[in-house]
Amino acid sequence: MNPELVKLIFGRLTLDALPFHEPILVATFAVVALGGIVVLGALTYFRLWGYLWHEWFTSVDHKKIGIMYMVLGLVMLLRGFADAIMMRIQQAIAFGGSEGYLPAHHYDQIFTAHGVIMIFFVAMPLVTGLMNFVVPLQIGARDVSFPFLNNFSFWMTVGGAVIVMMSLFIGEFARTGWLAYPPLSETAYSPDVGVDYYIWGLQVAGIGTLLSGVNLICTIVKMRAPGMEMMRLPVFTWTALCTNVLIVAAFPVLTAVLVLLSLDRYVGTNFFTNDFGGNPMMYVNLIWIWGHPEVYILVLPVFGIYSEVTATFCGKRLFGYTSMVYATVVITILSYLVWLHHFFTMGSGASVNSFFGISTMIISIPTGAKMFNWLFTMYRGRIRFELPMMWTVAFMLTFVIGGMTGVLLAVPPADFVLHNSLFLIAHFHNVIIGGVLFGLFAGISYWFPKAFGFKLDPFWGKLSFWFWVVGFYFAFMPLYVLGLMGVTRRLRVFDDPSLQIWFVLAAIGAALIALGILCFLIQIAVSIKNRHALRDVTGDPWHARTLEWSTSSPPPDYNFAFTPVIHDNDAWWDMKERGYVRPVSGFNGIHMPKNTGTGVILAGLAVAFGFGMIWYIWWLAGLSFLGLLAVAIGHTFNYHRDFTIPADDVIRTENERTRQLAAGA
Amino acid sequence: MTTATTSTDTNVAPIFHLPEEHVHPEGSSTMLGFWLYLMSDCLIFAILFAVYGVLGANYAAGPAPKDLFELPLVAVNTSMLLLSSITYGFAILAMQNGRTGQTQLWLAITAVFGAAFVGIELHEFAGMIHDGAGPTRSAFLSSFFTLVGTHGLHVSCGLIWIVTLMVQVAKHGLIEANRRRLMCLSMFWHFLDVIWIGVFTFVYLMGMLR
Repeated sequence: MNPELVKLIFGRLTLDALPFHEPILVATFAVVALGGIVVLGALTYFRLWGYLWHEWFTSVDHKKIGIMYMVLGLVMLLRGFADAIMMRIQQAIAFGGSEGYLPAHHYDQIFTAHGVIMIFFVAMPLVTGLMNFVVPLQIGARDVSFPFLNNFSFWMTVGGAVIVMMSLFIGEFARTGWLAYPPLSETAYSPDVGVDYYIWGLQVAGIGTLLSGVNLICTIVKMRAPGMEMMRLPVFTWTALCTNVLIVAAFPVLTAVLVLLSLDRYVGTNFFTNDFGGNPMMYVNLIWIWGHPEVYILVLPVFGIYSEVTATFCGKRLFGYTSMVYATVVITILSYLVWLHHFFTMGSGASVNSFFGISTMIISIPTGAKMFNWLFTMYRGRIRFELPMMWTVAFMLTFVIGGMTGVLLAVPPADFVLHNSLFLIAHFHNVIIGGVLFGLFAGISYWFPKAFGFKLDPFWGKLSFWFWVVGFYFAFMPLYVLGLMGVTRRLRVFDDPSLQIWFVLAAIGAALIALGILCFLIQIAVSIKNRHALRDVTGDPWHARTLEWSTSSPPPDYNFAFTPVIHDNDAWWDMKERGYVRPVSGFNGIHMPKNTGTGVILAGLAVAFGFGMIWYIWWLAGLSFLGLLAVAIGHTFNYHRDFTIPADDVIRTENERTRQLAAGA
Repeated sequence: MTTATTSTDTNVAPIFHLPEEHVHPEGSSTMLGFWLYLMSDCLIFAILFAVYGVLGANYAAGPAPKDLFELPLVAVNTSMLLLSSITYGFAILAMQNGRTGQTQLWLAITAVFGAAFVGIELHEFAGMIHDGAGPTRSAFLSSFFTLVGTHGLHVSCGLIWIVTLMVQVAKHGLIEANRRRLMCLSMFWHFLDVIWIGVFTFVYLMGMLR
């Protein structure tokens, strides 16, 4: 066929883009394809497509969207962890002249994909999912401010994940590290599609994240139930508010800097090149102006989870509510004044480095205040060591270590020694796993019964807990040692045989974590199997304090039959203390938003657009862009987006709950 | 929210729920939400301004602002955009008086001014590219084209939005939903004006002084 025509149709996509020459990828593809066929076949066989489409994919219910975010995050966790364990094995065996089993070309993609996936497609969806599910319930709202936008945001996040996953089997991913620093990420040094996959994956997902940030801020500011003043918000909602402010104030920076990088790559501009007046360090500054707030975006809501869990399982009001709120706000602000500590070695001079070193150390003060608040909440509390509380205690011990190594790295002269070493890797895994991930597990086991109406099995949960915690220490403490000895990050082979034992220890740690993940999956399966024994009909299995526990588990579509009125910080606790009686009559019809498939369609078009741009298939990019415009504008011509749940349906649902409560009591 | 419902006085029987449906009127969050979006957009411009500030003097032995900018043309362009803001204000006034026809007329005039602005900008860009001063020539020109072009792209999106809203107003009249949309577009349009004043001052006027 005419090569010009082929190029017009397929851009730079050729058969060579399929990785037949890499046995590891072929095997992975076989497994994924087989698994995919089984899942799709099962869905078809059990006729679940209609159910999924009508009840889930097109749903604008914040609870269902929250759960879908969690599923996305957990699926991507498996991919991100597969990357991690491959790196650990490579580094454990690549000694004494051995090249290991991963070629450099592949290894570099793995460490890039691991970072990108863990931050953008594991931690972000899990955090956003919990916020989506919990925040409207905690403030006594029926849904978020913009329910359709919420659905759209979710599907854009999925779209980003799909683009990144595609790179596994079509072409390749970036080989630049997770922030794609130029000049390495410029066309001159990364001419192939890897960096383009990176750019479009993040741009598509970034739109979703930004819009969901706007949505949740509006929800918290505008949709609170009567009496829910700002200083009565549950701490999780406060941290969610601060996180979403950070999202709205940080993600545009990422969008802008990625646009500039794409212009360099597609148009040939000179923002970050070494020639024609470009400045690569500009990119490094800008991306960390987004990147540092990003780590607080992840950790702040998790601090909120720990606060809820600690207060609930100690049976006490949270110690120092006001200081907790102010500490959160102070961290929010300070997170913008520290970005340069990621590259003290840029050489911006003693004064600039001192400023950023000191501002970094100051963050430990409000964080420390939080730590003491949790400790004082536990002090003389009646602590119940259920799974969420166990994760919280593990966090408190682990995070303090990570925090202290962070303060150490904030000292510029020390950082000059430790910059880009495995000490840094150990530090940020210490705070992200020991902080964010432990908290997400605490949150999952805490709110799971609210979402599904039954508790998670405690035995497998505890097994998973111990494998994770012990595995974490095995995997990352050796990296501190290696970092202090001067080993830098992202190395594929090593010369010094005395280092090997530490890498072997770290690999054993990764294996333990793998068992932790396995136990977590078994926990979910076992819990579903034993759901009748684990069932909770009260809606308040932990004897908790905040409003989400006042409704049934799972909550009805409309969350609350009547809009609650709040008198106290711990609204539900206050209601229980003062003899609240659940109303059993007088129900009205309830106004709710309608489901729509527009979000799925828009995100699908965005993926097609990204794919076209990545492979230079200009007709596809152009058509899908026009499609995006047309569908988005077409959607605004629909003025009837609401319906009313009839009073009869509400009565039926509520009578069922009355019956269950009576049977349970 | 009355003081009675928020009272913590234990002598009064506490009310824990509202017997009647508590309605958040449709679109009650829209203005706040749109404002937040605008601020995020403002940050994108802030980054582009910052990039221009850092790279704007890196001519790479190529042309400098003095060799390229024609202030009279930019002045005409600026007045197009400022006039369009005034006419958009008239459209909103007409909307508040409930005059559908007048609103549509002012919207159309706004769109014409906006289109003139984009047209003149494209003409300016075409001239520069023709003279070998395209976005790839130097970091200064990269950041110039990106900053000014991003603004122009926003105005173009605004034009599509105006046309869409004119169709919707023609179809449904000045109903509540359409009024809300016109107010959002109003914020967007004036926001672009503010950004342009920054561009005009910071890029063009100060560029000529350099």
